[in-house]
This record gives sequence, structure tokens and C-alpha cells, in this order.
Amino acid sequence: MSLREKAAITGVGETAYVRGSGKSAFQLQIEASLSAIADAGLTPKDIDGVIPIGITGAPAEDFVTNFGLEDLRFSALTPMGGASSVAAVQCAAAAIAAGVCNHVLIAAGRNSFLGARAGVRIHEMPQFHFVTEFELPLGAIAPAQLYAPMARRHMELYGTKSEQLGEIAVSTRQHALLNGNAIMKKPITLEDHQKSRMIADPFRLLDCSLESDGGAAFVVSAAERAKDMRQPPTYVMGVAEGHPDSPSSITQRPDLTRVGLAKAAPKAFAMAGVSHDDIDVAEVYDCFTWVVLCQFEDMGFCKKGEGGAFVEGGRLRLGGALPTNTHGGLLSQAHMLGMNHVVELVRQLRGQGGRAQVADAKVGLATGYGDLGDGAIVIMRRG
Amino acid sequence: MDKETARKPVPHPNEVSAPYWESLEQGVLSLQRCTTCKKFRHYPRLVCDSCYSLDVEWVESSGRGEVHSWTVAHHAFHPGFVADLPYVLAVVDLEEGVRAMGRLRGIDPAEIRIGLPVEFTVEQRDDGVALPAFVPVSSKG
Repeated sequence: MSLREKAAITGVGETAYVRGSGKSAFQLQIEASLSAIADAGLTPKDIDGVIPIGITGAPAEDFVTNFGLEDLRFSALTPMGGASSVAAVQCAAAAIAAGVCNHVLIAAGRNSFLGARAGVRIHEMPQFHFVTEFELPLGAIAPAQLYAPMARRHMELYGTKSEQLGEIAVSTRQHALLNGNAIMKKPITLEDHQKSRMIADPFRLLDCSLESDGGAAFVVSAAERAKDMRQPPTYVMGVAEGHPDSPSSITQRPDLTRVGLAKAAPKAFAMAGVSHDDIDVAEVYDCFTWVVLCQFEDMGFCKKGEGGAFVEGGRLRLGGALPTNTHGGLLSQAHMLGMNHVVELVRQLRGQGGRAQVADAKVGLATGYGDLGDGAIVIMRRG
Repeated sequence: MDKETARKPVPHPNEVSAPYWESLEQGVLSLQRCTTCKKFRHYPRLVCDSCYSLDVEWVESSGRGEVHSWTVAHHAFHPGFVADLPYVLAVVDLEEGVRAMGRLRGIDPAEIRIGLPVEFTVEQRDDGVALPAFVPVSSKG
């Protein structure tokens, strides 16, 4: 048995993305959940599975309490940082395929702008214990500093250029400008990228994603139920998660330039039965520009070391061969742990992409990248 | 900035890692080696991932290695490190076949390359914490 076509995403919801919401993360999570459930044409009482995203957030019990759920049959956590959102699709689809439940709510809320910043948050997480003990005291504190040696080695080995990272920043910003719910509202040029201050070499400010507030949620439903629901269904064709070698320490990883997605992507493509040329739109986790480039390589869109050339020439822009992060991503829309990537993929496949709609998008993918290189991928098609 | 918020993070050794930190206080970089199959491992952990033995011995590293990768920190992310900026964090391939991270000193960041020969030196912080650091082989005197 595989998870192919066993589940569909039937509802999506987001709050406004802002810097400083004045709301708790849980309130943002609940608001987005109600929006996603309504989008699916369901009521909260129809939800029989919950996967909260963010291991420091509200547990499933709080959804039972607030929604008055009488028969929650399934709850789980997928603690993989930014890969959690897509990994949760696999978890939900597996539970649905096994007949455990029918409608799984996956929801996240964040108030990262005024709350603890990434350099503080990660050291509270058990999966970062090696970093916290052996690297934090050296001054290796935040993800920018932990991931920078991966990008630096890639640049040294393969000649990858800062300007190629800049193209990812610029194209993603262009897409954000088409999205009414994106935090960044001014265009940037490659020159702006090159002049932005260095944070952790080779990452400049415009290579880094945002700290933001907001909520996002979606509902994964049994495929046979999805046919007659409020929105056109988007079917899960292939889904997988992958853990890199040495998942708790990038320093000790045999190949610094290869992430967990390299293990997940072949499984997801094989399950989906599609090739790379079939992908009409890609929502690729973009905590840092280089991480996007690396994931294209690890998904097999190009060979290792060729990612720099791959992202050039407008390929990732609307109208290009592989429009990517059509919502503005974590770099320019909001950092929603990749929940916004899944939401955007669903909208694109429904034809609800607004001014950023990719013409006739039939098949697309979303990836997650989290913690110290965990990966996940979902390939979906319109119903 | 008050002194409390500017205090640098300190390591919190556990029963597995304590010998590593005790060695550093003596100026020695120590590594775990499986007593059964002699495989080195780092960072300190419970089980050998090759033969699954829990028996482990601590061995002094030669301290010699080569730069595997690095970053130059230009933004502090923590008030305790503002005064250090900019600083180099290097990932080093040690001769024993494991990697270490430490500050790389005594070199212009523009001159750093993959494969640069470096050697261990201990960094004694003002707050008493001993940490690994590296210098180019030629510059240690």
C-alpha cells in the first residue's frame, strides 16, 4: 500500500501576516484553523484528527477544549522544525489511509516578531542539544550561523555565487508584491541584495527570512470524502520525509551540502508517478536563499553543484520554467514554518493564486526544511 | 547593556560529555573512541554507531586538522558576543576522522580556504569557560 491519492487537502486558511500582532500564538492558530475548516465547508465538530505545528505550542487537547470535539481519534506531533508542516501531511495521510480518521486539522500560530527570536527558541528544543552544548558557547547561536558553513562549502566547491543567491531573494520578493498578504511590500534589486549587510558570511540580510506573526492551517481529508466538499480537491500524489545524516549536528555531517530532502524526494516522485518536468509550480522552503538552491539539487532538478546556474535566467519567476514561491515565501511573505507554502500550493492548484497564478497549474510540489536539515516533500495535483 | 544579559552562554555538561569539558579545562582536546571497534566519535554520545558497544575510552586528539568550512559572524544574535564581532567559526576535519567546531584565529578571513592546515589551541574565556579554538599551523608560536 502507498499513500498515493489516499488523501486530499480540502481547506486552507491564514490570518493576516504582520510584525507584531498583539495576539497569542494560540489565538492566531485558532483563527487560521476556523478559516481553514470553513474553507473546507466543514464545522469544527467534523475534525477527528489534529496535528499542531510547533512543539512549544498548544497541544491537541486545547483544540478539543476550544472546539468541543467529542471524538478526536488521532493526534500527533511532527517535530521537524520547518519540515513539520509537510511531514504532517504524510502523518495525516497515513492515519487516513489506515482508516483511523477522516479530517485532520494541521495548524500553526506564531508570534515570533515580539516573542523569542530564533537564536533563543532553538536552544529550548531537544533536537538542538548538541548545538546548545558544543556550539552555542562558541558564538554559533542562530540558524544563519549554523547553516552558513553549508553554503560556504557549496560556494567553495562549486563556484556558487552570492549573486545567484540574490536572484532567489529578488524573484521571491517580486512574487510577494503580487500578494496582498505579504509583509514585504517594496521591490528589491540584485544591487540591493549585494549591498545588504552581512549577517553570517555568505548570508546577507536579504538572504535571510523574516521573523513574523500569523497563523496558517489546512485540512487533510480522506480522498473519497474530498470529491463532494466545498472547494475543488487537491490530491496528495506523493509525500515523504527524510532525515539527513548526523541530524543533530551539521558540523559532523559527512556531506554538508546534502539535506534530508535528498532521501525523501525520490520516494515522493516515485509514489506520485510524475517526473520533474511535470511540476508546474514549486513552493520550496526558503528560510535562507541558499537552502532553496540546495533543495533543487537534492530533489534532482539538477546535479549537486549546479543549483547556482539552475536558479538563474528567470527560471523561478512567474512566466519562467518553474515558478517558485509564488506567495513570497518565508523571505518576503512571512515565516510560517512552511505552512504558507502548503496553503499557496493548494491555491495555485485550485486556480485561486490571484495575481501570482501560474497558468494552468495542474501538478506542483511543496517542501519543508527544518532544524538541522530535516526534509519533507509533498507532490499534489488538482482534482 | 547590563552585565547579566551580556554574559555568554556556558556549556552544560552531562554524564556522557563531562570528560570532554574536564579535558578542555586542562588544555586538552579529548575525543571518544569505542573500546571495542576503535571508531572515533564526536560530539560525545552514548553508543558506537558502528558496533553498538557502550564501552568507550577518551583519547587526546592530535589537535591537527584541516578547515572543512567556515562562516564569519558579523551579527551577534546574543549580546554576549557583540564585542567579539567579526569572528570566524570554523568546522575542522581532525586527523582522527571526526570534526570539531571552534573559533579560527590568526588569519585574515579572506585567506581562509578549504583544506587550510590548522591546529587546536584552547581558548580560555574571561568567565573561566575553556573552549576549542584553532590557528593556522604556521602561525602557532
